[in-house]
Amino acid sequence: MNGIHDMGGMHGFGAVDRRPDEALFPEVWQGRVCALAGYAMGAGLANIDAFRHAIERMPPDRYLSDGYYGRWLYALETLAAERLGADAAVERPDHMGSVVREIDREPRFAVGDAVRTWNRHPQGHTRLPGYARDRRGVVADVHPACVYPDTNADGRGESPEYLYTVGFESRELWGEEAEAAATVYIDLFEPYLEALE
Amino acid sequence: MTADHRHESDSPALRTEAIEALLVEKGLVRSAAVDALVERYEQDIGPLRGARVVAEAWTDPAFRARLLQDGMPAIRAAFRDSGGFGDNTDSHVARLVVKENTDTVHNLVVCTLCSCYPWAVLGLPPAWYKSPAYRSRAVREPRRLLGELGLDLSPDVEVRVWDASAEVRYMVLPQQPEDTDGLGVEELAAFVTRDSMIGVERL
Repeated sequence: MNGIHDMGGMHGFGAVDRRPDEALFPEVWQGRVCALAGYAMGAGLANIDAFRHAIERMPPDRYLSDGYYGRWLYALETLAAERLGADAAVERPDHMGSVVREIDREPRFAVGDAVRTWNRHPQGHTRLPGYARDRRGVVADVHPACVYPDTNADGRGESPEYLYTVGFESRELWGEEAEAAATVYIDLFEPYLEALE
Repeated sequence: MTADHRHESDSPALRTEAIEALLVEKGLVRSAAVDALVERYEQDIGPLRGARVVAEAWTDPAFRARLLQDGMPAIRAAFRDSGGFGDNTDSHVARLVVKENTDTVHNLVVCTLCSCYPWAVLGLPPAWYKSPAYRSRAVREPRRLLGELGLDLSPDVEVRVWDASAEVRYMVLPQQPEDTDGLGVEELAAFVTRDSMIGVERL
């Protein structure tokens, strides 16, 4: 979805505030939320993709104001409200095992292949960042097939797809304002890609 | 329970208590287990693991080659005595990919869509890594961003930014500091900072 979470390339967020000795959890509730989310997902409240999508569905102002673990808290509340009602049953427990799956077809692309990303704006969850839509890149790595987040996030199943690391020249992404000698590598699922002649 | 039980005016601490009570009541979590996991995050899982991996790679070329080939199997085999880092802190991850810095290549890790981070070797991410400023800028203007953080890269150093948009996790293998040849793994590990393994520092 075209949401506030899709931050790559945005202007206006200022300087990075890198403090050397911050606490891992400055407030006690943040640590509890971190652990609660792990256990609740492991027990079947939601898979990792549905959890990320619950965060993305937050109102954008809350996404920015609630902070990292505040977003996790919001997502837990959303998923609990949607899934822990009187009649609702939790999903099959997600044992948080690896997302790698065996599939009975070969990868369409190989290292060195030129590809273009698709130009789609799905309302649901997807892992193609907006800044890399409809862009030309080169396959840099071929990974095993993995659970496809776009379908796994909303109950349509795992439908595993091959995963690729695709390198994009900075200029292809950012045009004339691009910095020199920079490449951005993004991990993209096979359906996002088409072969370039 | 109502369709949306969220009490917008409550503090995050109160809301956390409420959601914990609900998850316990529904049998999804036990509070004692939550206590134990928080303690583990705070005390056991941190960048020290990554630092030992880096130091090992600096001193053992065969391990370095295996690490760059496929991160987690190499680490599990090399650190078997300490459990191979085999806890389930990030177990849905497909691969750990380690990228080495050289005199002419600098690597930087980000996750623009959420804040994916190699928990298994670096622990939980620092606040700045999760900030909108870092997530938005690392892919568009990495050189300027690194310069603001005190790392001025020469124009002939190529920057490679790794946007961890799926379940592959990335860690940077920094270059070994000069004049540290002959030191042992434990001594070398003390030179390795968390931020050098994310790529916002060079040692």
